Amino acid sequence: MRAPGSSHRRDLGMRSYPLLVYVLAMLAALVLQAWLPRMLHGYTWFDLPLVITVYFALARRDPIQGTLMGAGMGIFQDALTHHAIGVNGIAKTVAGFLAGSVGARINVDNFAIRMMMTFLLSLLSSAIYVIIYRVLLGMDQEWRVLEVLMTAVGSSLAAMVLFPLLDRTQVRD
Amino acid sequence: MDSFFTRYRNLLLLLAVLLAQIIGLAVQVRRTDSGRNTPGPRDATGVRLIRLWADAVVTPPEQIFHATKLGIAGLWRNYIDLRHIREQNQDLQKTIDRLRLEQASLLEDARQGQRLQALLYFQQRYIYKTLAAQAIGTSGNDSSKVFYIDKGSSDGIDRDMAVITPEGIVGKIREVYPHSSQVLAINDQTSGAGVILETTRIRGILRGDAAGHPQIVGILADQRIQPGEKVLTAGGDLIFPRGLPVGEVVRVMPDPDRDSFIDIIVKPAAHLNQLDEVLVITSTEPRFSAEQQQDMATSELLKGAQVAAIKEQQKASQIMAEKLPGLADPNAPAPANLAPGQNQAAPPVTSAPSAPKLLQPMHPDRFTPGAKSETPQDEQTTPPAHAGRNP
Repeated sequence: MRAPGSSHRRDLGMRSYPLLVYVLAMLAALVLQAWLPRMLHGYTWFDLPLVITVYFALARRDPIQGTLMGAGMGIFQDALTHHAIGVNGIAKTVAGFLAGSVGARINVDNFAIRMMMTFLLSLLSSAIYVIIYRVLLGMDQEWRVLEVLMTAVGSSLAAMVLFPLLDRTQVRD
Repeated sequence: MDSFFTRYRNLLLLLAVLLAQIIGLAVQVRRTDSGRNTPGPRDATGVRLIRLWADAVVTPPEQIFHATKLGIAGLWRNYIDLRHIREQNQDLQKTIDRLRLEQASLLEDARQGQRLQALLYFQQRYIYKTLAAQAIGTSGNDSSKVFYIDKGSSDGIDRDMAVITPEGIVGKIREVYPHSSQVLAINDQTSGAGVILETTRIRGILRGDAAGHPQIVGILADQRIQPGEKVLTAGGDLIFPRGLPVGEVVRVMPDPDRDSFIDIIVKPAAHLNQLDEVLVITSTEPRFSAEQQQDMATSELLKGAQVAAIKEQQKASQIMAEKLPGLADPNAPAPANLAPGQNQAAPPVTSAPSAPKLLQPMHPDRFTPGAKSETPQDEQTTPPAHAGRNP
């Protein structure tokens, strides 16, 4: 007995990528997220790990892969800060799961849909981040709407650049 | 049971992952005494291990990125981003040239300012009334040592006015136009200025030779004239006031046309070939400052007082002479021109005391007092004609 939706994913066409692409893409996203703000004078209006997470979750149409990738990227991001590890992990875990779930049900080959998904999931990730801090941990965390919106826009723009590049690395049967 | 996990494996995995992270967060966050939750002061071993891995993974690529960025930036800056470097280089070269010209102009302005300052200083202290003028052109001919100034008849310039600088005389006004004048320099062959040698007081006429060197011509040979002697204006030409510096003697050479005459080559005090600003003496009436006029008035007063004092002394001596016994011989015969009734005992007021009697010389000559002169009086008293006097 196959899991529901698996035949549907096959019908939609599940993409596969070389392992090296996974590793390099995730590593590059984490490194650039940590390195680019130095070049941009502190502006961090993008979330490259989220973009990579959403891309592979949408492309693989697999919520599990999205969940694991989101958790790993989020924890890694948290590890580079002095904050508690897991806040970003939870936010990106949810984002990855949703991206994989959506990708399994609708055709996300459309570029605009992927951009919209990135934008919405970025907003959701930021919202989860703040909620975890304020509700779950009971710590002070401002809700900076403008920065959240700018980060969502920046992530969408980054997706607009990265997604076509990553599309070229997929393995076609 | 198997189908449940298979059916909801995605959701179960999500929940498991979320739960694990929530537990991890709960471990990391601690409640303080004030009731607020904060991250623990020190990471737990597991958390620290995660951070260490993250750092180990991210740091090397970051270092590579940074080094690459520096390399690319250097490559771009030093080799690639040179698109308009030639144009920029040309523009910079033009800018440098322009700045050099501006610098030269400013330097010239500064020098001119210094010259004008010196000129003004001289003009303010010079006794005669002068007018500053700018040399604006030359004749353009080597044989014509004339130049033009920017002041003319409308400025009060007239012919034969002296043109000088603080260093020395330059020439005289030869032609006057409404707004300019032609100046004949002292080194022109047709010029002439009465000069005198400062030490030997030999007078002569200064004019230029064919090469444009000023020289004093028509001087009788005199061994006393030495190079380096100052030459001043003599004041006899009614153009240059007396005592202005002219130059100094460079060398003495025999006159090629006349024997026993010499020509004195003079190095002019004024830079005749580099004239920029000159002064034209527009009036030879002495111009005294208020202090000088006050000094002269004081001097006149003192002079009057001195004369009065002399008169008082003479009057006192006359009274004394009347009261004191005289040295005159009372038996001497009365002078023929003595007025009738005048006291003969009293000596005349103006009579000089008698001179002591001199011994008779053994070999009297014409200089002996009382000896008769055999030569005319004018030949005795008149010194011989001065060798350097202007013929």
